[in-house]
Amino acid sequence: MRLDYTDEDKAFREEVRSFLAEKLPSHISKAVKAGRMPAREDYITWQRILNEKGWAVHSWPKEHGGSGFTPFQKHIFEEECVKAGAPELPPFGLNMLGPVLIAFGSEEQKAHYLPRILNCDDWWCQGYSEPGAGSDLASLKTKAVRDGDHYIVNGQKTWTTMGQYADWIFCLVRTSSAGKPQEGISFLLIDMDTPGVEMRPIITIEGGHEVNEVFFQDVKVPVENLVGEENKGWTYAKYLLQHERVGIAGVAAAKEGLKKLKRIAAETDAGDGSTLIEDPAFATRIANVELDLMAMELTNLRVLAQAQAGGAPGAESSMLKIKGSVIRQEISDLLRRAVGPYALPFMPELELPGANEEPIGPDGANAFAGHYFNRRKYSIYGGSNEIQRNIISKMILGL
Amino acid sequence: MDFNLSEDHSLLKDMVARFVRQKYDFETRDKIIKSDTGYSPEIWGELAELGLVAAVLPERVGGLGGTGIDIMVVMEELGRGIVVEPFLATAVLGAGLLAEESATGRGPALLDDVVAGGHLLALAHYEPGARYNADVVNAALTADGDGYSLAGAKSVVISGAQADTVIVSAKGPNGLALALVPKGAGGMSVRAFKTHDGFAAAELSFDGVAVAKDDILLEGKAAEDALGRAIARGTFALCAESLGAMESARDATLEYLRTRTQFGVPIGKFQALQHRMVDMCLEIEQARSIVLLAASKLESDEREKHLSAAKALTGRIGRMVAEEAVQMHGGIGVTWELTLAHVAKRLVMIDHYFGDTDHHLKRFQKLSNAA
Repeated sequence: MRLDYTDEDKAFREEVRSFLAEKLPSHISKAVKAGRMPAREDYITWQRILNEKGWAVHSWPKEHGGSGFTPFQKHIFEEECVKAGAPELPPFGLNMLGPVLIAFGSEEQKAHYLPRILNCDDWWCQGYSEPGAGSDLASLKTKAVRDGDHYIVNGQKTWTTMGQYADWIFCLVRTSSAGKPQEGISFLLIDMDTPGVEMRPIITIEGGHEVNEVFFQDVKVPVENLVGEENKGWTYAKYLLQHERVGIAGVAAAKEGLKKLKRIAAETDAGDGSTLIEDPAFATRIANVELDLMAMELTNLRVLAQAQAGGAPGAESSMLKIKGSVIRQEISDLLRRAVGPYALPFMPELELPGANEEPIGPDGANAFAGHYFNRRKYSIYGGSNEIQRNIISKMILGL
Repeated sequence: MDFNLSEDHSLLKDMVARFVRQKYDFETRDKIIKSDTGYSPEIWGELAELGLVAAVLPERVGGLGGTGIDIMVVMEELGRGIVVEPFLATAVLGAGLLAEESATGRGPALLDDVVAGGHLLALAHYEPGARYNADVVNAALTADGDGYSLAGAKSVVISGAQADTVIVSAKGPNGLALALVPKGAGGMSVRAFKTHDGFAAAELSFDGVAVAKDDILLEGKAAEDALGRAIARGTFALCAESLGAMESARDATLEYLRTRTQFGVPIGKFQALQHRMVDMCLEIEQARSIVLLAASKLESDEREKHLSAAKALTGRIGRMVAEEAVQMHGGIGVTWELTLAHVAKRLVMIDHYFGDTDHHLKRFQKLSNAA
């Protein structure tokens, strides 16, 4: 039993730190630390810097351009990135499509798409959910009908995150209605410029634009864009979801959030000359979430140690997802409360890149209520927390 | 980073687990908690023979380690079996104090007998009305001839009536002192009782108890530091014990969900219960993490912050596990005949030793915000 990092890991942390200090552009880290969504080109800039170093992706084997980090190194890397204010790279190409192509794609697909994903030459988005297929993903209806060298795709996808930036979309489509719903699904790559593809924004509860609806009307997709075998898409989709949940605990982000919360609570006048952190009710809530986070950080490390020893990410990641999402939501609730009445102003224009208007209330306060509402998504996306409980119940508890 | 137990620790864990499984069934325990002595001298002797007391003592005094992990491994298994033998009072608290490096007088010489299982100890520190405040010491030692005279009262002393020697904290001419008072000493009155969780405890009062110079185990700063360490180890031991009890409650509940049939199906098929069960398991993993963290910090200068974190969180989770396990068992969960009911009681009552969840949450805030 040994709960501290090895000397190699500590040296690695130093290496990551100095790399970030040297290479991360300050205009990007400033926006990230202020809780703003970076611009499209900022993501691309940062990903290319990382790719040059060979650090853009960790879930791929080294021969395909993965970093070759151990699970602990990956964790250290992510922790330092969050601390430094590096944008979290969009996972759609790197951590979702990439592993699926590597496992199930043809040699041509790998040779063509993988380097382009690494360098963000193509921005990918995910076409899984549909208006009628959320938690029950297998009930999806978007249809692909084979017509010579093409599939003709008709239907609708939704919750397409960052779709407004995307060049390509990977989709689950129905190619057969025979057998169980899971058995007629295929995995298709679609160029967003193809005639018949239309994207419409979904404005989320806080007024932001992260997600979209995508409509397909008689969209012609070449058959070589099918990944793996026809009607085997469900297998690939499940494989992808497993990768999606890795790192979903968000420990590093939660730790930064808590640090910010404690700083603000210590600086904020409670209205009677004392500070908010001295308020017993507020301080108790902070302490409770701090305890949960301390424990979760170690739980996360325990799961990493299993992965380091060669275990596959399994249902344990569902545990981290549930606990991690709830902790981060609680911190966002406390940040909103910490600024009192200054949570009220609804001025989303202040959060846009390049905004220089004077905020109302303390620095950063403008963002907190919006973040709180936005963060409700944590317990819904990536398989809702209730779906995660079903997974644990079945896979770990055997109920 | 490595979360696996060493081979020695695995062997120790298996040994305790096997002993508890074979020797501490429901009927045996039920007889013990209803007996006058409140523990089984026979079982205690066997536990000592297996080296359990030595396991939590430092090598300097012939022990086997006494680190956080040693304590954790033993306490977790005792917690699984809701063992009420006087391990906390005698081994973790008492023997730990006798083994202190700066201990003097006749105390250290008792250690061999304690390790062999022939001598029970208790720590009498918390006072009436002081609640969980460990800083309150009104008991006093005043000079009397060649020695001292002890006056004062100590409250809810675990093993207070069983102990062959009680270690009493008191203010003396040289600051805080820890004094040895033998069972039946003149001037010591003992009001013995049992606790809801099956332990034997006592209210002790001292009225002119003669204490020789030789009876003073520790004094001044050395006594303060040693007492702090003893309470820390005791607090940590309870956290580890509660983790074992939580796992026992989890296993029993899971088994019940699989076997109890209602509406023609095992009740574990109902989603309402599945989700409750998942939440319980999730929280127990969190409890394990915070106990591991505290174990790793037991010898560091961050000890107190991590202990309060562990006590507060295991207290919160322990209550949740106890209540959920009873709820999922339904009516049978609130009967004396079910082992789980006693596990639940231990989980809830463990919060009342060395400071409860609220006490430690507040203490954690102070320590964390000062850091």
